[in-house]
Amino acid sequence: MESWKQNPRVFWTLGVPPSVWLLLFFIIPLGFLFVMSFSDKAVIDGQVSITDYDYLTGFGNYIRSMDPLYLGIMWKSVWISALATALCLVLAYPVAFGICFAAERRKPLLLLLVVLPFWINLLIRTYALIAVFRTQGYVNKILGVVGLGPYEMLYNNFAVIFGLVYVYMPFMVLPLYATIERLDKSFLEASLDLGASQFQTFLRVTVPLTMPGIVSGIILVFIPCLGSFLTPDLLGGANALMIGNVIERQFKAANDWPFGSALSFLLMYATFGALALRYLFSLRSKGVDV
Amino acid sequence: MAAQLKPGQGPLDYGSRTWLKLLFAAIFFVLYAPIVTLVAFSFNTDKRGVVWRGFTFDNYTKAWNNDALIEALTNSLVIAFIATIFATILGALAALLLWRFRFPFKGAYEGFMALPIVIPEICMGVALLLFFVSAGMMEFSVHMPWPLNLGNIIFAHVTFCFPFVAVVVRSRLVGFNRQLEEASKDLGASEWQTFWSIIVPYMKPGLIAGALLAFTLSLDDFVITFFTSGPETVTFPVKVYSLVRRGVSPEINAASTVLIVITVIATVIAMKLQAPPKSDRG
Repeated sequence: MESWKQNPRVFWTLGVPPSVWLLLFFIIPLGFLFVMSFSDKAVIDGQVSITDYDYLTGFGNYIRSMDPLYLGIMWKSVWISALATALCLVLAYPVAFGICFAAERRKPLLLLLVVLPFWINLLIRTYALIAVFRTQGYVNKILGVVGLGPYEMLYNNFAVIFGLVYVYMPFMVLPLYATIERLDKSFLEASLDLGASQFQTFLRVTVPLTMPGIVSGIILVFIPCLGSFLTPDLLGGANALMIGNVIERQFKAANDWPFGSALSFLLMYATFGALALRYLFSLRSKGVDV
Repeated sequence: MAAQLKPGQGPLDYGSRTWLKLLFAAIFFVLYAPIVTLVAFSFNTDKRGVVWRGFTFDNYTKAWNNDALIEALTNSLVIAFIATIFATILGALAALLLWRFRFPFKGAYEGFMALPIVIPEICMGVALLLFFVSAGMMEFSVHMPWPLNLGNIIFAHVTFCFPFVAVVVRSRLVGFNRQLEEASKDLGASEWQTFWSIIVPYMKPGLIAGALLAFTLSLDDFVITFFTSGPETVTFPVKVYSLVRRGVSPEINAASTVLIVITVIATVIAMKLQAPPKSDRG
């Protein structure tokens, strides 16, 4: 690596296009959103304007978001995401573990099978779920053979959580796979040799040693779940709102952009909080590791 | 002790445990059953897609003759194609910059570069919507002829795609032996000649993998497109969204199947290229 001063012409040629693009289409729009979150709709001649705004009028939108109604939705978004993340972890850990201990020649195929659904359009996967879970869908038909149902399985919190687990599972498997694969298997042998049961070995050796992967997986799943819009919109009913749906409503149907901007920024702060936690954790595990 | 165990029975041979195999089977079944059902029902003759009545290609013909659907699919492909070109160039430049130079506030710069990857899609979508409306670009693009009216969506897609390309290309560059570059310069090649004949050929697998990644990301995107598209411009995911809200129809299955096939092919190629090179190190 060389200092930029050694070759400033190359440095600027490489640096300017991506930086300008990022500034223009990312940083500045976020700046607009930030300013908008402190603004209000303009009142012209006693009428609330649709297109004009009074900029930087104060914290009104943030205070409004502390209303119990919105706090309730935020809380619900957090617990739905937390539950979906926990389910992902419980299901993905054995999958990642199994792939690591599978025959060497089967590993690439198994990994591909886990990752492939992630590349298929989110909307198509959600649509596929709707088709299977609806009242005339296959799940209800199979239940019908046993004499159960039909149940209304869509448009409730269960459907949203199932959808989130279904969609974000690969995000959990990959970091877990990466850490379990690097885990020195002789630690497990040592633990078993010294008389620990499989269960004790798992809890006291495997889990602590793969903690970095667990934390990465949790963050990677929790963040998109928290900000999800499509899954609760299509699979959740009117009462399965999450924060993403409220933001969308402010920008489309309700046409209250300042309030929507404030909610977006609250969501972003939550994301940054989660990332900061992960960073702190990585610092700690570096201190302990090796 | 170990001699008494049959192969696959050792305490660490988790791969051959029956419960793990069953769990694998169950999870893969749940992951793939809905998608397989979707593909299967695209060949179904039943209009409401409830029961299997017989095999047909009619849904594909109908989807092909559905102008709105084809227009949306064309838009999606055009957007993905143009956005991929821009995203690959910008991503490669950013990767080269971060790989080659030390500069003040590099950590912060890298952080900003990763931001489009980590912030929730919906935040980016509304920020771009606000920006395009405020800057008058939304108004402007509505009156443009096709494909220029897709401009805003393309700008948005390039923005969230190129940091991903940068990550992929940079991880490829890490394996580059910088002595090759020095040798090239020692032998009298200019900066530009070295770049074209030494660095670009080395980067190529990373570039292709990055481009395919950008292409699938762009083709897949719903949330950001939903906010940045004007009332007149519809992409395939946005079109499917409006159809899905009205219910399930075999035409959507047919069109979705086509898109799944495109995506799976692109992904498999990208993964093959991204697999760590075994022999060309050093």
